[in-house]
Amino acid sequence: MVHKSSVPLHWRMQKSRYNLIGSKCVTCNTVFFPSRILCPKCRRKGKLESFQFSGKGEIISYTIIKVPPEGFEKNIPYAIAVIKLEEGTNIAGHVVGDIENIEIGKKVRAVFRKIYEDGKDGLIHYGLKWELEEGNE
Amino acid sequence: MSVGIVGYGCYIPKFRITVEEITKVWGENPENIKKGLGIEEKSVPDIDEDTVTISVEAGKNALLRAGIKPEKIGALYIGSESHPYVVKPSGTIVAEALQLGTDLMVADLEFACKAGTAGIQCCISHVKAGQIEYGMAIGADTSQSRPGDALEYTAAAGGAAFVIGKDPLAEIEGTCSFTTDTPDFWRRDKQDYPRHGARFTGKPAYFKHVVSASTNMMKKLGLRPSDFAYVVLHMPNGKFPTRAAKVLGFSMEQLKQSLVVTRIGNCYSGSSPLGLCNVLDVAKPGDRILMTSYGSGAGSDSFVINVTDKILERREKAKKTEYYIKRKQNIDYGRYARIMGKLKTE
Ligand SMILES: [Zn+2]
Repeated sequence: MVHKSSVPLHWRMQKSRYNLIGSKCVTCNTVFFPSRILCPKCRRKGKLESFQFSGKGEIISYTIIKVPPEGFEKNIPYAIAVIKLEEGTNIAGHVVGDIENIEIGKKVRAVFRKIYEDGKDGLIHYGLKWELEEGNE
Repeated sequence: MSVGIVGYGCYIPKFRITVEEITKVWGENPENIKKGLGIEEKSVPDIDEDTVTISVEAGKNALLRAGIKPEKIGALYIGSESHPYVVKPSGTIVAEALQLGTDLMVADLEFACKAGTAGIQCCISHVKAGQIEYGMAIGADTSQSRPGDALEYTAAAGGAAFVIGKDPLAEIEGTCSFTTDTPDFWRRDKQDYPRHGARFTGKPAYFKHVVSASTNMMKKLGLRPSDFAYVVLHMPNGKFPTRAAKVLGFSMEQLKQSLVVTRIGNCYSGSSPLGLCNVLDVAKPGDRILMTSYGSGAGSDSFVINVTDKILERREKAKKTEYYIKRKQNIDYGRYARIMGKLKTE
């Protein structure tokens, strides 16, 4: 989840947040998001490389938010889900689209959306959300 | 080697509101409005969609079709009249999201509904001059309309992106513009909604510019309407392009594939670009297309486009316009007003 953050912090995380770039340990083939600098399995033997995820995944758990945190009032009701990415590893994210039909096991894909606006005069924060794939039924 | 469209792609938000639903609020007769404007329903952006997010989704599709590394793009132009910031370019956000890299020229363009096609013209010139290998031009909008205004039936959201370069799927054989100082439609700084000169928007504005630019374009290349398989004209509603096409000597058969406005409304800077996408989705190699945009204020950009055999493999690499038109969810006026910020809460 993204919460109100400082401008420099937002800027540093922008690349991975916009593009789903994590890391992959080429020693054991494990993928990570957000990216890591050390593989917890291989430790010193691990070798990590930057890794681009495809943006496809499926819902493994979710909750519908009806009482939103500050800044998300206009979005309710919305769903926050844990998504298993096609390449492995799980990520939490905001699900858009037909959330009345959200179900565990449904396929989602990453879409670029506004995450929140920092008031009327602050920055507009963008990033990835997850859209339920059509023809899921 | 010829220069033209190497890849194209579009994006249309999922929500729709019908003419009937809007007339219920204002007590108008839906059949009169539908007949008068020639539209059934229009697209509406979700609460978290804007010109930047529409541009990113359209840009991804254009890159898929182009099949090039994103960092090969040397220039990005985004034409819109609904850039989310007054100061801070939409293009920098879109470039980062599309991973276009930093060796990149970016500018946001504004010219009412024709800023997207102005971007295509800029990219053609850069490529021909050898300054860049590929450029990307995007026309996208989430257009605003005052509640109760006639524009509320048509002002829609959507966009299209074009990768311009060599080895095109559709060669751009020529382009020209027609520009005058005409006050048909405007919006001042800090105003929520645009204003327009009502009836003034027709004859001296839309028709004069679209017809002049198209006529000049055909004359320049020595072409006649019968040399074209398709014509694409800016679509403020369903009626204007139909009448302009007739005046120019084109048949309904040549126009209808591009006439997406009847099902999604007027996507402003995305309007004629989306019409072109829908034509490229079905065109055959050797088909010639005339496209003319229109932007209030006022000007038109006209293009002669010739489809090459590269279209056959590349167009299957991304979602087509028809996919986005059919992928829809109708909403009521209450939800529409909430999404579009038409209800003032402070
Ligand atoms: Zn490892």
